[in-house]
Order: sequence, then C-alpha cells, then structure tokens
Amino acid sequence: MSGAVSVTTETPKVAWFRDPRIRSLVFQAVTLLIVLLVGWYLVDNTIDNMRRQNIASGLGFLNDRAGFDIIQSLVPYTSDSSFGQAFVVGLLNTLLVAIIGIFFATLVGFVVGVARLSSNWLIAKMAAAYVETFRNIPLLLQIFFWYHAVLKPLPGPRDSISLLGVVYLNNRGLYLPSPEPFGGFYIVLGLFAAGIAATLWLLRRERKRQEATGERKPVLWTGLGLIFGVPVLAYFVIMLAVGNPLNFDVPALTGFNFTGGVTIIPELFSLVIALSVYTAAFIAENVRSGIQAVSHGQTEAAYALGFRPNLTMRLIIIPQALRVIIPPMTSQYLNLTKNSSLAVAIAYPDLVAVFMGTTLNQTGQAVEVVAITMGVYLLLSLGTAGLMNWYNARVALVER
Amino acid sequence: MKWINRAALAVAASGMIAAGAQAATLDNIKKEGVLKCGVSQGLPGFSNPDDKGKWTGIDVDFCRAMAAAILGDASKVKYVPLSAKVRFTALQSGEIDVLSRNTTWTFTRDTNLGINFVGVLYYDGQGFMVRKKLGVTSALKLSGAQVCTNTGTTTELNVADYFKSHNMQYKVVAFENSNEVVAAYDAGRCDVYTTDRSGLAAQRTKMKNPDEHMVLPEVISKEPLGPAVRQGDDQFANIARWTLNAMIIAEELGVTSKNADQMKSAKNPEIKRLLGTDGKYGSYIGLDNDWAYRIVKQVGNYAEVYDRNVKPIGLERGVNNLWNKGGILYAPPFR
Repeated sequence: MSGAVSVTTETPKVAWFRDPRIRSLVFQAVTLLIVLLVGWYLVDNTIDNMRRQNIASGLGFLNDRAGFDIIQSLVPYTSDSSFGQAFVVGLLNTLLVAIIGIFFATLVGFVVGVARLSSNWLIAKMAAAYVETFRNIPLLLQIFFWYHAVLKPLPGPRDSISLLGVVYLNNRGLYLPSPEPFGGFYIVLGLFAAGIAATLWLLRRERKRQEATGERKPVLWTGLGLIFGVPVLAYFVIMLAVGNPLNFDVPALTGFNFTGGVTIIPELFSLVIALSVYTAAFIAENVRSGIQAVSHGQTEAAYALGFRPNLTMRLIIIPQALRVIIPPMTSQYLNLTKNSSLAVAIAYPDLVAVFMGTTLNQTGQAVEVVAITMGVYLLLSLGTAGLMNWYNARVALVER
Repeated sequence: MKWINRAALAVAASGMIAAGAQAATLDNIKKEGVLKCGVSQGLPGFSNPDDKGKWTGIDVDFCRAMAAAILGDASKVKYVPLSAKVRFTALQSGEIDVLSRNTTWTFTRDTNLGINFVGVLYYDGQGFMVRKKLGVTSALKLSGAQVCTNTGTTTELNVADYFKSHNMQYKVVAFENSNEVVAAYDAGRCDVYTTDRSGLAAQRTKMKNPDEHMVLPEVISKEPLGPAVRQGDDQFANIARWTLNAMIIAEELGVTSKNADQMKSAKNPEIKRLLGTDGKYGSYIGLDNDWAYRIVKQVGNYAEVYDRNVKPIGLERGVNNLWNKGGILYAPPFR
C-alpha cells in the first residue's frame, strides 16, 4: 500500500443540509425543542387540570400547621410544627435507618461473603444457606416477620425485662438511660477527640518512617493512653474540682409506659434487622465474587513469601478484591436506602410514611409532595453514589 | 422538513387526547358498562370481601345502588380497595368514579382536594378501645399511653387535638393498612386503638379474644361518613346525592325491596314520584324514570341496608335513625 491512494484534504462542496455537522446540530436542537415542548405541555396541562378541578397547588402548605404527632423524631417536633418540619423529621428518620442499615449490612455481608469461601465445610454451607434464604424471600415479608418476631415474645411495659434497673426492654421498645452532660463534660469529649487525632497523626508518622527507614515504633499504648487515659483523668479531675460532669436520665415506669431516657422503638429495630439481613445476603455475594476475582496466583505468591492465610487475606486478597466489590456495593447501598421506604408497613415514621403518607393525605397536594419525595430520594441516591465513586477511585488499581 | 410536521402533529394529537379525557362521568360509566367504586381494604359492616371475593357492607351497597340507578344492574360494580392514604388521589385522578369508603366529610376535603361530598351515609364519631385488664374507664385517664391508628386519616389529627387540649402525653403509632393496626394492637404494641367507633366495633370481631377489649365511653369527634365524587361534574354529583336520598326517602315512605312492585300503584303521590310512575324526574339527572325503583328493588331502602350490614357487627341505629324516629337522618323532599 504505497502512494496509490491519493488523499483529498479539501472537503467536497455539499449543500448545507447535507453537512453532517450542521445536520447533527439541527437534530439535537430539534430533539431538545421537542423535549422542552412535551415537558412544558405536561406541566401546563397538569396545572390547568388541577385548577379546573379545584385542587390546591403550590408549596405554601409547607408552612401550615401539621396537626399530627410522630413517634420518633431526631429534632424537636410537636403537632404544632409545620408540614415542612414534619418533612425534616421524616427525612432524618430515613437517613437514620439507612445509615445504621448500611453499617450492619456491610458488616454481616463481609463476614458471610468471606465465610462462604471458608475451607470449613460447615461454615461455607451455613453461609450459602444464609444467602439463598434471605435474598429469595420478598423484603416486605421479612419486615413483617421481624416486626412480629420482635413484638410477640416481648412482655408488656408492666412486666418489662430489666437490666440492672437502668435498661428496660418491652414490646414498646428498648429504653436506655440517656447521658446528660454538663459544661465540664465537653472538655472530656474534646480531649477524647484530640486523642484520636493525635493517635492518627502518630500512626501516619510511623508509617512514613517505616517506608523510609524500615523501622517502626509501636503506637498502641501511646494511642490508648491518648484516647482514653487523658480524658478519664480529666473526668476525675473535674469531678473532684467541680462535681460530676455527667448525669444519666434513667427511664422509669410512669403510668402506662416508661418515660425518660432514650427509646429505640421496635419499628426501627425490626426495620434495621430486616434491611441489614436482606441486603447483607447480596453484599455477601458481591464480596465472594470480588475475592474469587483475585487470581489464585496471588495467594500462592503470598504463601511463597511466607504470609499466613490470615495475613494473606487481609493484606493481599481483600485490597485487590475491593476494586471488584465496591461498584456493585454502591447499588446495594442505594437499594437499602430506597427499600427503607417499606417502613410505612410497620409504622416506622420515615419520609414516605410521614410526608408521602400523612402530609399528602392531610393537604391533598399529591403532585408537589410526590415530586419533592422523588427529588429527595434522587439526591440521596446521587449522594451515596458520589461518595462510593470517590472511595472506588481511591481503592482502584494505581498502575505504576 | 417532514419530520417537523410529524412532530408538531404528534404534540397536537397528544394534546387532543388529553383534552378528550374530560368527558362526563355518566357517559363514561354507561360506555364501560361498569361503575368503578373506591372501597376500603376490608372493614366488616362497611366494605368487606368474603372468601369468595364478594363484597358486602353499607358502603358497598351504596355503590350497588348507584350501579342499579345508572346501569340497571346492581352487580355492575368494579370495587377498587384503597388505603386511607391513596383514596383521594384515586378519585382525583379518575381511577374510580365514586369514593364510598367510610370517609369523613370535612371542610378541607370538600373544598381543597377537588372532590365533593354528596351526603352522609353513616354518622359516626371517633372512640378509643383498650384492654379491659388495663382498668381504664375513661379516655381522660389515658395520659402516657401509646396509641395505634391509621396514617392519613382525620383520626390521627383528632387524637393529637384531644390529648393536647386535655394536657395529656401520648405516643402515636401510625400504620398504613388498617389490618396492620389491628394486628399490632392485638400483639400488645399499643395500649389504645383509636378509629371511628363503627370501625372499633367492626375490627374487634377480627381480634383473637374480642371479649378482652372494651370501647371507652368518650366520643371525641364528629365523623360524618359519606360518599364523594369529583368536582366539576354536577350531573354526576346529583346522581350520587339523590341515590343516597332515595334510599332514605324509601325508608320514610315504607317502600322496601319486597313491596316495591305493589307500591308502584300506591296512592301516595311522593311514592309515585319516587318509583317513577308519575312525572319524569329521572330525566332531570340524565337517567330513566325507573332509577329509584331499581335502587329499592335491587338493593333496598336505608333500613334494609343498615340491618343487613351494620347491625350484625353490633351497632344499633342510634343517631342513624330517621329524623322522625329519634335520629338525625333527614333527606330533602322528593318533588
């Protein structure tokens, strides 16, 4: 193939409507126009129809008095609060269940996933049975199961199970004493945080030193002293000087139920169990596939270098497996967050129950409420995905 | 530029389709040959399916009466079970033609939701149910209690107002499905179960040991339960309103499903007007003259409907009796 083919550098003259660049621009502009037109038409039609049917519209309702109570709220809320505040309560409850759920699902999922590859026949089979059982039963059924499994065996408030007279368990929830810190206690907390920061800094310095010189001083005892020793010392100093900086509000039975302390309602408890157990089954499979994706040669090489199985897993296999595990893990986290909307079935006051349920029904403004709820879930999902992508980029293979 | 024309045509066509969807409810029902009626997910006495899927109850009988009036056959009803949460959206969006689901008539619902209530089918009030062994005899002693109820109901608001105005503490546990409320209360999740007193009586029959529970004497609200239709179709609202009135008037006049045929030749002119042997009253609401006759013949008058459905769950007529028999049931004259 030598100079037989002559290449024309000049583009041949064509009519403008045959020019691919102009044509693609025109097509894109027209598509955009159609999308906008259809969107405008849909919005306009909705507003028009709502006006014709006398259905209220707008976001003004968010400032109106809500008038209903919510059993669990992370921020101050009463029936005098507004629908907007009820929205915040619901959103925080959703976030709470999602975060706790993701934590436990990851923990259980990792353990089960690794256990499934165990050389111990019994452990491997038990892990397999766990995965196959829990990922094949519809989540809603599992939520009902755990809810009634939690409710049924527990006694009523008057026959509560008591632990040391400070913790009580009954079918209305788990009642824990809540700490009520005074001014001095924040110094202790501050020292605790400072201790963690100092230990992290020490760890980093020693790691750098090891990379540079190969030597490393252990930081365990220094770290423990910094994190726990100093704050405990400070606590006693404050107690002797000013008085006890920390009191506990212990729950007590008054009338029908316990008051005081913190309550973990059975709805939260069973929802977290159901979501974690269900999602953990999927995460376990991700973990297993991730580990199996790491070539067996890596294990053999590690053994050849004298690593024990434990260390091989921790230092060689898992870091490489994470690259495979993280992306599908993201979708499991998103699933868990979205699945938490099934909470309404067992009266856990999440966003869907409080906002898309009660608020929608009291105001009748379905379009606005549903749109806001959809937007919130979209933001939550994008946020989770963004965080996980950032983490994925960190653990991704860096080619040198 | 053929494709631009085509796109413009598509946009215009979709506009016309959407505009066409606003036709009169009555014509749609006649065309489809079935009345779509929103009912509850299961409330004995009001709307409850049996094991063969056959619906019964006073709310169901109202749907049947409308089908008898409009389509000539009380069985031509499609029942759409709705949770308290979705019932108004279902009516607004046209998924159902009429909502007959033990729904309380309130100012906001009547004005702000794009729906109109057509009357009261059952006068109710909210009450509390507790376990007898709790030893409570009055709702005023419920401070500190945990209360199970439904989301998206007036109940949820009434209970908040009641406890607040009496300066009592409480915690509300709100479920979407009323069967779950009963199950949770029965499992001991709450001290109190609150809903309309008719609902309490009905749901008690579903509990493990109905005798262990009692309804407290306090009635904390007015709950006029009635059917609702979409705003903006006055003709259809009239049909719904007068279906209800016809059932009450038939009881007043002593016309029952058994004697409806003989009554056609009765001397009383109001009976003649009701049963369509005099005048052409049916044409005023877009129906034939036999519409009310069919309601009474196929479904019965208000007393028959009440005795068939609500009495078996242990609720006497009380305020739901006719105005001239000590109740407050009162229909405008049929003339």
